[in-house]
Amino acid sequence: MYSCSDLKKGLKILIDGEPHVIAQFDFTKPGKGQALYRCKLRNMVTGALFDRTYRSGESFAPASLEERDMQYLYQDESGYVFMDTQTYEQISLSEATLADDKYFLVDNMEVKILVFNDMGIGITLPNFVNLRVTKSDPWVKGDTAAGNSKPATVETGYTLQVPPFVEEGTLIQIDTRTGDYVTRVKA
Amino acid sequence: MNRRLAAKRDRLIERARIVQSIRAFFISRGYLEVDTPQRLPVNAPELHIDAVASGDWDLQTSPELAMKRLLAAGYEKIFQLSHCWRDLERGRRHLPEFTMLEWYRSGCDYRQTMVECELLLRHLVPSGSLCYRNRTVDLQAPFERLSVSAAFRRYCSCEAAAALAEDRFDELMAVVIEPLLGRETPTILYDYPAELAALARRKPEQPELAERFELYIAGLEIANAFSELTDPVEQRRRFEADEAARRQRHKRPRPLPEPFLGAMEDLPPAAGIALGIDRLIMLLTDAEAIDDVVSFTPEEL
Repeated sequence: MYSCSDLKKGLKILIDGEPHVIAQFDFTKPGKGQALYRCKLRNMVTGALFDRTYRSGESFAPASLEERDMQYLYQDESGYVFMDTQTYEQISLSEATLADDKYFLVDNMEVKILVFNDMGIGITLPNFVNLRVTKSDPWVKGDTAAGNSKPATVETGYTLQVPPFVEEGTLIQIDTRTGDYVTRVKA
Repeated sequence: MNRRLAAKRDRLIERARIVQSIRAFFISRGYLEVDTPQRLPVNAPELHIDAVASGDWDLQTSPELAMKRLLAAGYEKIFQLSHCWRDLERGRRHLPEFTMLEWYRSGCDYRQTMVECELLLRHLVPSGSLCYRNRTVDLQAPFERLSVSAAFRRYCSCEAAAALAEDRFDELMAVVIEPLLGRETPTILYDYPAELAALARRKPEQPELAERFELYIAGLEIANAFSELTDPVEQRRRFEADEAARRQRHKRPRPLPEPFLGAMEDLPPAAGIALGIDRLIMLLTDAEAIDDVVSFTPEEL
């Protein structure tokens, strides 16, 4: 069990049987009064955000979430399907759960899936992914007004800013944590 | 290069200037700067303040008791800038080790201390207004005086005494009332339920209230003050009740501060105040977090 002094941003606790993560946290204490622990909590299943204030003396059950090594298989009507590399069990994640991470999935990619009660509720991708540029206008020499980057679209439909020398068909590395261009990849 | 630390340079320079200006203010008004020990056999027992142990003794949670012993020995106007420690207090506006300004004055009550707060702030901010988090607070006008009971009625539509009885006082204060205080001018929130002022004098005409006030500026709690309780019998009774409540909550048992209780026999009518220097610097340098106005936080040590 956790006590109030364990509460901090990022901690995962169980409330009414569902896993919640502390999205924002502040300790406060009105003059000479009791300590109050103000949390903005996110329900990790529904994504709902809400405020709650706790007092010293309260305790919290850790949300027992399991992070499993899985492999991305394919997308179907159930969502994005992953397979546990140990047990071969399959789990699918919804498009909403994946959010922008869906753009960085490539076949057979090894990922970590956060599982709560056999339900996939989150994903951690490798930090870097290589994707091929499918569309990017050629750089017009001397076009300084456009700055030193230009838009490019990669094979998954994701659009980002790349340096002028990146052309259609180039394989580039993208940082999945920020969604930013990192470097060209020599094939 | 520690960039985080280097980036604090302007605020740390301003901090030093403000502290020097505070000293000049009190010295010019005839106050004596004192320096009492920071490691004590025991602090005043307070239900919601926990000391940091230092061997068998504790680090001070406030220099209050030592300063009142000086008052009792005839030192009439004293001030001190010192570090204080309060265990497990860490947040955007809290550090477990912080800097406190306390000043005490014989022969007056909390009303004179309210005026001194106004004078000090105007001395520190010659322009007469400050801007904190995009809110401009006027320091030239008289500070708003709002009683605790009026604040509960105005902002929570309930009675302070009822909130206290239902154990909702602190939460309503922290979550609803405090953010709304000190927005146009600083707010002096005064006359707390007597239960919430262990070392303050009761109001003679309304003994259910204590002559205690807090100063708020732009939603930040800056200082806590009161007319000092001078009755040693009443003080012992309150300390015993607080210590009993602490033990009931399985807090580390502490003896009562007997030398202080002994000195109270000689304590003249007086008022005193504790002002959080780090919060004041936050306010005067428009800093979002207390971390921004100290050289190191505990996490960085």
